Amino acid sequence: MKINKQLVFNLSLAFLLFFVIHFLMSNRIISAYYQLNIYLLFINIIMATSLNLVNGFLGQLHLGHAGFMAVGAYVSAAMTTKMDLPFLPAVITGSIAAGIVGLLIGYPIFRSGRLGGDYLAIATLGFGEIVRIIFVNTQYVGGASGLSGIPRYTNWPILFFLTVATVLLIRNFINSSHGRAVLSIREDEIAAETMGINLTKYKLMAFSIAAFFAGLAGTLYAHYFFIISPNTFNFLKSVDYLVMAVLGGLGSITGSIIAASGLTIISALLQDFGALRMVAYSMILVIIMIFRPSGLMGTKEFKLSFLEEKERR
Amino acid sequence: MKNKKFIAGLVTILFAVTMIAGCGGGTPDPTPSETPDSVKVGVNLELSGNVAQFGQAVANAVEMAFEEINAAGGANGIMLEPVLYDNRSDNAESLNVATRLASQDNVPVIIGPVTSSNTLAAIPVSEQFEVSVVTPTGTATAVTVDDRTGETRPFMFRTCFIDPFQGEVAAQFAAQNLEATTASIYVDNNSDYSKGLEASFQSAFEGFGGEIVSVEGFVIEDRDFRSTLTRMIGNNPDVIFIPAYEEQVALIISQARELGYEGALVGTDGWDGPRLPEVNSPENLQNAYFTNHYTSESDDPKVVEFVNNYRDAYGSTPTALAALGYDAAYVVADAIARAGSGDKIAIRDAIASTSGFVGVTGTVTLDEQHNPVKSAVILGFDDEGRQTYVTTVDPN
Repeated sequence: MKINKQLVFNLSLAFLLFFVIHFLMSNRIISAYYQLNIYLLFINIIMATSLNLVNGFLGQLHLGHAGFMAVGAYVSAAMTTKMDLPFLPAVITGSIAAGIVGLLIGYPIFRSGRLGGDYLAIATLGFGEIVRIIFVNTQYVGGASGLSGIPRYTNWPILFFLTVATVLLIRNFINSSHGRAVLSIREDEIAAETMGINLTKYKLMAFSIAAFFAGLAGTLYAHYFFIISPNTFNFLKSVDYLVMAVLGGLGSITGSIIAASGLTIISALLQDFGALRMVAYSMILVIIMIFRPSGLMGTKEFKLSFLEEKERR
Repeated sequence: MKNKKFIAGLVTILFAVTMIAGCGGGTPDPTPSETPDSVKVGVNLELSGNVAQFGQAVANAVEMAFEEINAAGGANGIMLEPVLYDNRSDNAESLNVATRLASQDNVPVIIGPVTSSNTLAAIPVSEQFEVSVVTPTGTATAVTVDDRTGETRPFMFRTCFIDPFQGEVAAQFAAQNLEATTASIYVDNNSDYSKGLEASFQSAFEGFGGEIVSVEGFVIEDRDFRSTLTRMIGNNPDVIFIPAYEEQVALIISQARELGYEGALVGTDGWDGPRLPEVNSPENLQNAYFTNHYTSESDDPKVVEFVNNYRDAYGSTPTALAALGYDAAYVVADAIARAGSGDKIAIRDAIASTSGFVGVTGTVTLDEQHNPVKSAVILGFDDEGRQTYVTTVDPN
């Protein structure tokens, strides 16, 4: 990890944010309703940044991210609810299970090297539905009506630090040599292959890392919202996250964070509009995309320029 | 230079802090002890998303009910203020809306959501904030009773009957009104709904001295039911009970009639919808009956008035969901009137002790598990294949 001022500053800001919100929550200054939306916001950040890894940095269209979230959520919830295991092993197992499923789905698609693109879109679309149908028909986890009575283990420190860890790990992955390989695939697959980059390996790597973090978000989601049902993780949920990633800018982590936060807040604020809410939400999206076609951040990252002097390349 | 950075950093931090602090909600008002002028009632419904048509119907009916109650002077003088939010047919959003109603709007009672899973999502809120949640249509048993401990959830209520009850009603109708002694059951193997009804019909029908001669299954993809139906008809049952949804039932009825079966066909509220008359000639639908929560065809003056008012207000005939929503609103109003205050616990106790409440979907009395003991209607089909009211069955 490259230690620089930017990182130190961002981390200290993050810690400060953590303690401020922690203080406000534990003193009940932030009401339960805002607290819930803050939790949702952080889970959305994990989902949007991890999806951005595939859609933005790898440049492949992935339409089934909620499917991986479902795998993580169901595996972990089954462990804590049905087997009475503690939270931590459930989080780890849930995330790894989603990562493994990502590998299994990704391998046949990426095996032939340059396949992917549209094929991935169709395959992931199908995958999301398959996962949903499997859970609908699995009585052990409640079938169509879902698994309820999941203990609320997700708390603020766990959620916050896992979100920060996710963002940091994805950022570091992108800045690593593996990440550079992934970026080169996005820019030009033929050129990347000519330079000796193993397309299958790096595509699969980015895809399963994204799946792993989606699984992580799923475990946190399941243990906050008390109930998960197959319909929670339908195609529209995947589209929600895709919207966040695209809106923030494909290829910008800070963009994803800003878009995930912004859309969660907008969605909460629009609750007053009742049935018109989704119309207003869609209008906002259309307007933003007209004025910022490449997303809020494009492929740029948000940095505080006064901290950047020594970093200039 | 260094100083400048420091100041810039400080400003950023302050900005972040004020933003977060701005999110803080007000502290809840202490509940007044004397009779208030008005009480807020939360409404948490599926106004958009995949079951929006259900949520809209309930929302219309609830709105109409509150207008009527307030126009008539309120619930024992207390005006009711509905606070309606959309949960997008999503579990997390349902929890979100319920939390908002309980912590921001400080409502003592919430009507909704429509589906069982969205209602289950509201359970933690009901317990954390001691807010009563009354679902008009959530039929899963786990809504009001904890599966694991078998304990009744203190703040969860429903005003519709639960699925197994329809099996009992269908069995009672078959045994008493149709005087059937033998029955076959044709069950959708992929559906919890269907399997639950199979079990309750079987035990109730045997309780009436009847005999189940065969139980056959199908899966939702089936289009040709002739071979199983032939086998089933070979046993010569008085009644074939088909607890399934209209899409398959429409084909099953048509094929059973084609094979020469003339006995009675009995089903449940899954039959409600346009498919049966679309696929079948009116002759096929003679001697076919199903249970439902309510019928707009009823001659009960209360129902007639409700149907006419709803048609005037929204231009369509109210569905069973609308009727259930209407009754849920009145049950809540009735409880607030008896509690005489906006106090959460007083209202909870009043809802729990609802007894003999007469609504458009029948007489509602809540049992210890917060499930209503209420009547169900039996519907048949007339000469033109339209649904007609046959009878009302009261539980024994």
